[in-house]
Amino acid sequence: MSGGIPMPPAPKPVSKDYQPAFFPKRQGGAGAAGGPEEPRTRIVVVGHVDHGKSTLIGRLLADTQSLPDGKIESVEKACREEGMPFEYAFLLDALLEEQAQNITIDTTRIGFRYEGQGFEIIDAPGHREFIKNMVTGAAAAEEAILLIDAKEGLKEQTRRHGLLLSLLGVSKVIVAVNKMDLVDWKEERFRQLEKEIREYLGGLKIPPREVVPISAREGSNVKNPDPKRLGWWKGLTLLQALLSGVGRNEVDQEGPLRLVVQDVYRFDERRVIAGKLESGKIQVGDSVVFFPDRKSSKVRSIEDWGNPETVRELGPGRSVALTLEEQIFVERGHVGSHEPNPPVESRELKARIFWLDSEPLRLQAPVQLRLATQSVEARLVSIERVVDADKLEQKNDAREEVGRFEVAEVRIRCRRPLVYDAHDKVESLGRFALQRGSRLGGGGIILEAEYPASLAKAVTGEHLTWTEGRISQEARASHFGHEGAVVWLTGLSGSGKSTLAVALESLLFRRGIASMILDGDNLRHGLCADLGFSLEDRAENIRRAGEVAKLMAESGLVVISSLISPLQKERGAVRSACNSAGVGFAEVYIDASLEECEKRDPRGLYKKARKGEIRGFTGIDSPYEKPEKPDLILPTPKESVEISVQKLLRHVLAMVRLKDEDRESGEGPGGQI
Amino acid sequence: MSYLQHLEDQSIYIFREAFANFKNMAMPWSMGKDSNTLIWLAKKAFAGKIPFPLVHIDTTYEFPEMLAFREWARKHYEIDLIVMVNEEARKRGIGYETHDPVTVTHELKSLALQQALAKYKWDALVTGIRRDEDSTRAKERYFSPRTADNEWEYRDQPPEFWGQFTTAVKPGEHVRVQPLLDWTELDVWEYIRREGIPVPKMYFSENGRRYRSLGCWPITKSIESQVNTIDGIVQELKTTKTAERAGRAQDHHERNAMQKLRAKGFM
Repeated sequence: MSGGIPMPPAPKPVSKDYQPAFFPKRQGGAGAAGGPEEPRTRIVVVGHVDHGKSTLIGRLLADTQSLPDGKIESVEKACREEGMPFEYAFLLDALLEEQAQNITIDTTRIGFRYEGQGFEIIDAPGHREFIKNMVTGAAAAEEAILLIDAKEGLKEQTRRHGLLLSLLGVSKVIVAVNKMDLVDWKEERFRQLEKEIREYLGGLKIPPREVVPISAREGSNVKNPDPKRLGWWKGLTLLQALLSGVGRNEVDQEGPLRLVVQDVYRFDERRVIAGKLESGKIQVGDSVVFFPDRKSSKVRSIEDWGNPETVRELGPGRSVALTLEEQIFVERGHVGSHEPNPPVESRELKARIFWLDSEPLRLQAPVQLRLATQSVEARLVSIERVVDADKLEQKNDAREEVGRFEVAEVRIRCRRPLVYDAHDKVESLGRFALQRGSRLGGGGIILEAEYPASLAKAVTGEHLTWTEGRISQEARASHFGHEGAVVWLTGLSGSGKSTLAVALESLLFRRGIASMILDGDNLRHGLCADLGFSLEDRAENIRRAGEVAKLMAESGLVVISSLISPLQKERGAVRSACNSAGVGFAEVYIDASLEECEKRDPRGLYKKARKGEIRGFTGIDSPYEKPEKPDLILPTPKESVEISVQKLLRHVLAMVRLKDEDRESGEGPGGQI
Repeated sequence: MSYLQHLEDQSIYIFREAFANFKNMAMPWSMGKDSNTLIWLAKKAFAGKIPFPLVHIDTTYEFPEMLAFREWARKHYEIDLIVMVNEEARKRGIGYETHDPVTVTHELKSLALQQALAKYKWDALVTGIRRDEDSTRAKERYFSPRTADNEWEYRDQPPEFWGQFTTAVKPGEHVRVQPLLDWTELDVWEYIRREGIPVPKMYFSENGRRYRSLGCWPITKSIESQVNTIDGIVQELKTTKTAERAGRAQDHHERNAMQKLRAKGFM
């Protein structure tokens, strides 16, 4: 027995009809904004190891009287016992092994108040080994203090941390040039470093808000100016610089609606859609479209437990629980949007990623992509360039993998369609984590997104799931030696679409490229036999042709579509569908004027149309809209069929990324056929 | 948006992420202010119905008011409550009368929780710990994996960013889910005030003394205070410089007691 403690008197019993302490509610629940509680700015402190981060934080806490009583004294006592001089850094480095190694091992958070404003410091370590913790810390911050040792100047980690800040979306940066005491408080040295860091961060598109000279150890220009030693400095102290940023971090109230669905609860008679408003506002009565199925419903109610008032609207950043008017299928991973300004739904994306795991991320290796509450299997299909965080140089050598702590621009393909936004449009739907095994290995931001011109049709079936085959698009491409694609020829009747389609098909076939023509007239004999020539039916005709072309291309074929397809909107919808499926799409405009086509009139159709024997004939009494941005234009009246076909062939070969060089010459195995 | 609102939304998000990702979760619950804030947030997160059990680790040294509060809350919040006592240790005579506080806390709290984990095989535990309570807690994650031996590998924690958490565990392992991690003691009281959350009366002054943090009665000291309203508590906290857990003896028994307790599975 190790001995007990002196026992205090036992506490008194309580009465049988016990009631706890109740106090009245002070303000409305979810709907009420503001209130007596202040906002708080989260700041991450980053920089090279030993440039003084922990010392600065210790100093900020001490100078703002934010430490509990006895903390400074207990650290002083510990230092005396260990025979060490007192360091402000020890205030933070509470764990024994940290003091032993003299490096901060993990992200710590601690709050302080200055001039009535609340701040929360996230300390991020500078040791290269622990960069994942810096990412953890910085990703939660609104502002960053980047520390530079005045004597040592910009180091590898200074640059790397700057790059990571830009990647993590922390664009408000204050640079503190620390340890001015070690360079004799010289203005010249400060100005030189200021110029360097402004250039560097400017290049990353995160120019610093302020650059200030300080000495954290000496307490100079952190809270109080130091006219004696930094007399030349007329600018702000570090704390003033922090104060000047308060209030700039407000959420954009006007962003497009992005309701990220976390779960659907059926604990009682209600069916509650639980999620978070990552962007935009939602109101009772709003019509919300849920991606990726694009089913829509009106919002019946906003459920706010514990709030006696009825909540009718919630804004960005809020957690939300709502019920819908219609019983549509919604599940975790879905994203709700208003009809205007929808997100992108695609299997492919272009992104800038950072990688943290010691095992590199290789091309084609499966990795779990997590974006909001979506989680899909994905692969890198190409690495465009790798950025070296040290020199900010691009490494242009062909790369098969992204290594630890590298930043790369990549193309990613997912097994299922992913709902997302470009990072500069909706931040939280434009960034993702990459997970391998059970750990997050990296993350990235989405560089661009092709927003559809109009919303695709909603999926009407109930409880549909997306069945994934075992054969990936990559496996098909490597089997066939090329990728599938849709080559969409558009132009007036008689412009030469069919001639070019037939010529292209045989050229491709001779090169061993599996291809197939999808002809408008042929489709009307089967799949579209039920459709007439009203604008509505013609649109449906194009939609079906587009879907078939997409499916065939997904199976690995190069599909050459030969349909007039007169309207830009409909062609745009096919392009979006192909983009969503990760299938290459080229809109090719066969540019022959109405005059020219009517002169050719190979099947005598124009004559009939002029006589009124055919109604709704494109170019005569039905419009044709020229492509706004075609991928290729072939002016058939001005060039021979051979030239047009060669141009078309070159374009298609580049699209399908032929794996086997031989086939490009037409002398591969397919060339013998 | 106020910071308190941000904290509430974030905590609700964490609750829902945990429930969506784990099959069998539970919430240790001690009837204190943090526990009552948690239950309130859970009610909000799940639209009024908490879909997992709460667990009270009863050390047998509970204040009578806390037990009375427990029974009141069981009915009031309609919760599924499991009470766990390390009977085996009590039979061995482990108690404050005969053993030091670190040993007793380990046996009657940490081991009792481990026994419950072994029995119910939870894969996630929601805890009410906050970063500001103690410097070792400052380094926690929202989703913090624990090994099968209940250990916290704080040297090699997974990264956590953009609302993406560690949700995969191997058999026998579990994840500590910590929705209050970013809250401070003051935030908790301001939230209790804003929402009107019922709490034990022991937090308010009686005969010139009140409790700031509640644990086992033999090792929990009250502080000198005349405060008997939430406004008063908020005001007191804004000016005090005494650490919250100063009245909790097991933390101060020896150097680094907290770290030792936590590495062994104490919350």
